[in-house]
Amino acid sequence: MTTPDTPAADKQPAKREHIKAIPVPHYGRWVAAVVVLVLVGLLINAFATAKIQWSMTGKYLFDDQIMKGAGNTLLISLASMALGLLLGIVAAIMRLSGNPVTSTVSSVYIWFFRGTPVLVQLLIWGNLALVFPTMFGSNTNDVITPFMAAFLGLGINEGAYMAEIVRSGIQSVDEGQTEAAHALGMSKGRTLWRIVLPQAMRVIVPPTGNEFINMLKTSSLASAVVYPEVLQKAKDVYTNNLAVMELLFAACFWYLLLTTVFSIGQYYLERYFSRGASRALPPTPLQRIRANLFPTRRPGVEIR
Amino acid sequence: MTTSFEKNAPEPAFAGRQPMVKAQDVCKSFGFLEVLKGIDLEVGAGEVMCIVGPSGSGKSTFLRCINHLEKINAGRLWVDGELVGYREKDGKLYELRDSEVALKRRDIGMVFQRFNLFPHMTAAENIMEAPTQVKGIAKPAARERAHQLLARVGLADKASAYPAQLSGGQQQRVAIARALAMDPKLMLFDEPTSALDPELVGEVLDVMRDLARDGMTMIVVTHEMGFAREVGDSLVFMDDGVVVEAGVPREVLGNPQHERTKAFLSKVL
Repeated sequence: MTTPDTPAADKQPAKREHIKAIPVPHYGRWVAAVVVLVLVGLLINAFATAKIQWSMTGKYLFDDQIMKGAGNTLLISLASMALGLLLGIVAAIMRLSGNPVTSTVSSVYIWFFRGTPVLVQLLIWGNLALVFPTMFGSNTNDVITPFMAAFLGLGINEGAYMAEIVRSGIQSVDEGQTEAAHALGMSKGRTLWRIVLPQAMRVIVPPTGNEFINMLKTSSLASAVVYPEVLQKAKDVYTNNLAVMELLFAACFWYLLLTTVFSIGQYYLERYFSRGASRALPPTPLQRIRANLFPTRRPGVEIR
Repeated sequence: MTTSFEKNAPEPAFAGRQPMVKAQDVCKSFGFLEVLKGIDLEVGAGEVMCIVGPSGSGKSTFLRCINHLEKINAGRLWVDGELVGYREKDGKLYELRDSEVALKRRDIGMVFQRFNLFPHMTAAENIMEAPTQVKGIAKPAARERAHQLLARVGLADKASAYPAQLSGGQQQRVAIARALAMDPKLMLFDEPTSALDPELVGEVLDVMRDLARDGMTMIVVTHEMGFAREVGDSLVFMDDGVVVEAGVPREVLGNPQHERTKAFLSKVL
């Protein structure tokens, strides 16, 4: 911005005395740290002396069956989320369309599947054979396998939530965009796919990441229809060896690992989509930690 | 901005030809609010008509009726001899399908007050979007055309810039290029300079002046009286949903006949 002939440019940089003030003492932080340390110590002590065989948890952490269960958890979560996303986009478009029939169908779908617990929906899918013994010419239990029951139950339920997320994303796009596209002679469908949805993605992506992390945990309910995800596998093991808590902790490890990995992914995805929307990118977690530990070393990174 | 502009266009050559736009008793209400209360006017091919008037007088609404962004409640509106939004058969009006309306909009370019460029596309992509998506023109040809149009509006070096990287005046010039890419026979300008910083107004008006010189039929809703006087072939003063006064810009601006016109002009001139 500076042009060569501004008066400041010909001046030598002045020797300024930098401010070296004594910072405000934060006694509260030290008190809080001590309190937290004591509480954590008590908690560790409690579990260390409890009747838990930690070696059992460690032994089963990477057990073939448990790992297979964790793989299934990831699989059912990804599959259900994909179904939910597809249904969500379709339902949102149906709801926003001028067609009163499709709009009503979409509203009823969202109303029903958001209004009933997902566990109940899973059980209904799992027990469908009770009311429809045959389906598509074959035994219903051959069609609605545990995987299908979990996939349909979780995915269709997720679709109802995704529909609202997609709808809010579409509605967040300025009406002038639609008008400009229409004024150019673009059809409604083309306007939606080429102009509105790409812009709606900025609003849709962050809550969708959230939904997926929720899905990773909600998939544990699929054990109700005996889908062999990680909780179901843990149950199978502990009904034999009675190490209930040990295996529940092993399951927790896998849930935490999966949600952590995808949370980090979500963080960077959001960061990517916030480009252009905010002037400075928020710091990455690493930058944040570094700035907290060495406040003077990285003056470029601000902590909010 | 009073008398420094000279009207140097020859006598309008469009007199007597079929009008490009014809409005007959056009009415429009939003709920109980009557915005247009019977508009009658004609715009000849090649004519530049400026519409002025206080805010809320229905100028923009009328403009939006011409490409059917708003549906009129009464009256008739024709563009190039064809009824807007409807088909008349055996004395009955049939609503046009969305696809038929879209087909007619291809020929009518529109420039908005807030530009409405597509923010996720570069300047060139904004211009290429409608020709490739609507007319099915191949991308290389559309790209070449986009670069020509950008050069025409003085932005040859901004082809790969995103709207957020452009100034308001540059964005509006890209928006004009985007509308021109469809080779419209009529251009509608809805207060094209009202959202611009004062020093950026001139660059947009220059592009519009060139367009008028090339014979484009234009309807311009504007507050730029200097532009209306210099470039406009006709000037319409609207207030409260009716056309109060219309005529040759210099006469309407210099010697207004109605009290309302006088009152309005005394505030803006």
